[in-house]
Amino acid sequence: MPDKPEFWRWTESRWTNPDIDWKGKVITAGVDVGSVSSQAVILANGKLYAYSNMRTGSDSPDSAMKAINWAMEKTGLKLNDIAYTVGTGYGRVNVPFSQRAITEIACHARGGNFMYGPSVRTILDMGGQDCKAIHCDERGKVTNFLMNDKCAAGTGRGMEVFADLLGVSINDVGDLSFDIDTEPQPVSSTCVVYAKTEATGLLREGWPKNKVLAAYCSAMAHRIMTLLERIGIEEDFAITGGIAKNKGVVKRLEKEVGIKIMETSKYDPQIAGAIGGALFAKALYDKGKRK
Amino acid sequence: MIANYGYKNGSGEYFITIDTEKCNGCAKCVEVCPYGVMAVGEDQNDPLSDQEVAFVTEQERKKIKYTCAPCKPNKDSIPPCIKICKMNAIAHSW
Repeated sequence: MPDKPEFWRWTESRWTNPDIDWKGKVITAGVDVGSVSSQAVILANGKLYAYSNMRTGSDSPDSAMKAINWAMEKTGLKLNDIAYTVGTGYGRVNVPFSQRAITEIACHARGGNFMYGPSVRTILDMGGQDCKAIHCDERGKVTNFLMNDKCAAGTGRGMEVFADLLGVSINDVGDLSFDIDTEPQPVSSTCVVYAKTEATGLLREGWPKNKVLAAYCSAMAHRIMTLLERIGIEEDFAITGGIAKNKGVVKRLEKEVGIKIMETSKYDPQIAGAIGGALFAKALYDKGKRK
Repeated sequence: MIANYGYKNGSGEYFITIDTEKCNGCAKCVEVCPYGVMAVGEDQNDPLSDQEVAFVTEQERKKIKYTCAPCKPNKDSIPPCIKICKMNAIAHSW
């Protein structure tokens, strides 16, 4: 039997800042081991030096190691050169080389503040298996938060399920969902399993794939909207996490909330948590030195 | 910080909200909670602060609808954690 193509496989990425020479600088790192993806960010004197973003395997310590090794690739850096490492995300207690574990809520607020600037007040992190709505102040300190990790509706995993069902690469979902005649009604927004059942029915009725994708993207936008209603949205509003790359959801959410969502920064939106971790690592390193 | 612990699923919204600005870390809510839902310790979402605050334990966060049910036999009943809190720092969403 031929291998089934894996449509849910999103693109991994890594980056090194060509303008920075790390030698002689204080190196700190943040490693975000999520349920679906793992990221490592390396800072040199608090400036972004390198990052990696890859899929999480079944073994958290191993995924953390792979992520940091990939970020350090071809830079000449070794694990010993890193002065302080913070672990965050779902597998934060399983980062063997970290000095401290910090919640992803705190890290996303701090990282979002770094990526989108001090004007950000609401950060929505749409991760692989959970969804977090965070309010923060101008320094990236959390002022209000809400997390939903008990339900797959409104998560990246839900989108992966749909990409696989419809045989569309997850990277193309956003664009294809706009290639339609009329915007359809959303499918069930309370459960991925029911949404999938509904979608199968719609395909049987003869709906084109793109229209079904549009119905799911809009269901996801609606789902997130109801979560956001609980804590409210203050401008500026930014999205982090894998779904931030999916225009199909972002544009529909923008329409639903009636607030402009900040343009994605030049960095991969999935690394916000790891950046926050690395920034905390720098702060904690400095704090330790003062004592 | 307004910390919302809990979840929303197909059956409703279940959140315990703790206002950490109001919370003084007295731990009275921990003493009166019969099911170990509440705890007091360092603020996990504000790692640079040294203040101790109340939070909902990790193992209970996803099942408060059930764990807290005996303290909330009807919609109007006030659970002991809220009753004991002099600072009015705790609220339930359901």
